[in-house]
Amino acid sequence: MPSPAPASPSGAVAALPHGLSRPQLLELYYWMRLTRSLEERLVALHRQGKVVGGLFRSLGQEADAVGSAYALAPGDILSPLIRNLGSMLVKGATPVEVLRQYLAKGTGPTRGRELNIHFNDLERGFLGQISHLGDMVPVMAGIALYFALTRQPRVGLVYVGDGATSTGAFHEGLNFAAVRRLPLVVIVEHNGYAYSTPTRLQTAARALKDKAPGYGIPGVREDGNDVLAVYAVTREAVERARAGGGPTLVELVTYRRAGHAEHDSQFYVPREELAEWEARDPLARYARRLLEAGWATTAELEATDARVHRELDEAVARCEHDPLPPGESALDGVYADPPSAPLEWYRALAEAPVPPAGGERAPFLRSPGVRSDA
Amino acid sequence: MPELTYLEAIREGLREEMERDDRVLLLGEDIGVYGGAFKVTEGLLARFGPDRVIDTPVAEAAIVGAAAGAAHMGLRPVCEMQFMDFISCAYDMLTNYVATARYRAGLATPLVVRGPCGGYVRGGPFHSQHVEAAFLHTPGLKLVAPATARDAKGLIKAAIRDDDPVLYLEHKYLYRRIKEEVPADQDLLVPIGRARIAREGRDLSVVTYSAMVWKALAAAERLEREDGLEIEVVDLRTLLPLDDEALAATVRKTNRVLIVHEDTRTGGLAGEITARLNERCFEWLDAPIRRVCAHDVPLPYAPPLEDFVLPQTEDIVAACRWLAAY
Repeated sequence: MPSPAPASPSGAVAALPHGLSRPQLLELYYWMRLTRSLEERLVALHRQGKVVGGLFRSLGQEADAVGSAYALAPGDILSPLIRNLGSMLVKGATPVEVLRQYLAKGTGPTRGRELNIHFNDLERGFLGQISHLGDMVPVMAGIALYFALTRQPRVGLVYVGDGATSTGAFHEGLNFAAVRRLPLVVIVEHNGYAYSTPTRLQTAARALKDKAPGYGIPGVREDGNDVLAVYAVTREAVERARAGGGPTLVELVTYRRAGHAEHDSQFYVPREELAEWEARDPLARYARRLLEAGWATTAELEATDARVHRELDEAVARCEHDPLPPGESALDGVYADPPSAPLEWYRALAEAPVPPAGGERAPFLRSPGVRSDA
Repeated sequence: MPELTYLEAIREGLREEMERDDRVLLLGEDIGVYGGAFKVTEGLLARFGPDRVIDTPVAEAAIVGAAAGAAHMGLRPVCEMQFMDFISCAYDMLTNYVATARYRAGLATPLVVRGPCGGYVRGGPFHSQHVEAAFLHTPGLKLVAPATARDAKGLIKAAIRDDDPVLYLEHKYLYRRIKEEVPADQDLLVPIGRARIAREGRDLSVVTYSAMVWKALAAAERLEREDGLEIEVVDLRTLLPLDDEALAATVRKTNRVLIVHEDTRTGGLAGEITARLNERCFEWLDAPIRRVCAHDVPLPYAPPLEDFVLPQTEDIVAACRWLAAY
């Protein structure tokens, strides 16, 4: 629930920020609330043993995910990081899809092949990540290359964390995009820790934005817990990219208030540091801002909260009892052609008759997946 | 029918596919103005322009990663590794990202990574490698390795038209040493996944690919002349997926198999082929399966060292004689 905040004493309404309308301001609140509440549901499901793999939360980072994705236009494509559930939701991923992924359902977008928010839909504008940090930077540079070569005014946006800035792929991809002035925005979510490693062990740079000049591109730093500031700074980078100005590195300073995943107690994090960032909670802070500026009423926020809870109830009910995928479905779809080629396998070999001793030579086993007409 | 070198055949295949399909583009280091370290892409920048022949930074992971992104969007990128030795710099991108994309995410990634492999050219440890064993173990990739100019053209065209990622392994020793008539045919396609009988025989099968096909053929000629043996030479052409039917057919015919590859022995393709024949054709074998491969060392530079480490025609002849006598 949003912190109850008094209406601004004068009752005046502050000027609307960054060209956003009141419904849009409320929508930003909705996406942040949906992100947080969906993750809370997932925590409950994880504790019940229904999330069979790891659970990665974005607690405290909802503003940077939602605000940056909200700055994109339809047709733009983003590639999220593990803490960008909010970005995925803004781009049209649904809670049901996310739940099915975590619950390993056969009805999920990857049919149980991949975990968590590793799924994609280029039509809606999100490309699923892999776990290898930094790899999505070159891949998104390739999508931006496609936009540039086909002269489409579209933009790619890729998220990395402070840890990924140490990888070779980050460097290669960013350099490639910079050399070709591709329409790519690189968001560095600086949340303090890569698993347990603090930023001071990750880089000697004073700020991650300082890496940008080495690539000959602008680097900017912004408060990642202020959704409106995140929106504004990303919007500027997106429009520069769209206008042919090339990539921008946007460092969003935020904080990971949960462990790397649910198994991680964060014992390595000073308690006072957690308390300090809890006081800067992006959702509560934004709710206060909306009320104080007169952009939303307490009733509107409460109605939004109620809507989120209703939608999540429905989403869980819709997929909780879906079946897991059948084991043999694991074999199809490695290649386009043949469309479903089960590889010759030890089970098939075990079913073949054992030839009699001293008898005729056994017939050959045929590989079921090999076409004979090609 | 024009006579083309192996290298010209690759270029012809690239040019034809670029003319046929404007989604095809090339990415690589020094491939544009310079025409590539071996000049495979010479003239293509002038013909197709800088949007389709892209000189990149020295960044193999970025080349392959960017190609993957472009391929997701419907383009058909062909990446050049200046030497295939450098594909290890893109290993993560190929094995973790590209190869899994269709399976895990339903993403088509129709790209080709091509470049020169192989030794016998005094290239030393970092300009001579064979890389197939490192990628054979990766479901989702296809691997092809042509031995002839005709197959060089037909396989590059087939690789570009394939809807899955294909590693196209050229042999630099063959670039200008092989010349043959190659049809100027837009639709000369060599199907991926199909081996070829390079020489018919009934006494013994030599299963091989790439430059070793020529050494096997030289050995077969000598064995025919000196021993009266009829050696069958099977040119795999595609290493992944393997043509299990062709392998089984040659075993049924000759009952003796020698596998030859230029790559090192341990964990190499010969071991995989041996295991498959053991599973599927054990009853048809009259002798143990033998192999001739490079010794398990990084490839050294000095001619006596390189010649000692790599398989030579004499090694194939000796192994065939042993098998024939078994």
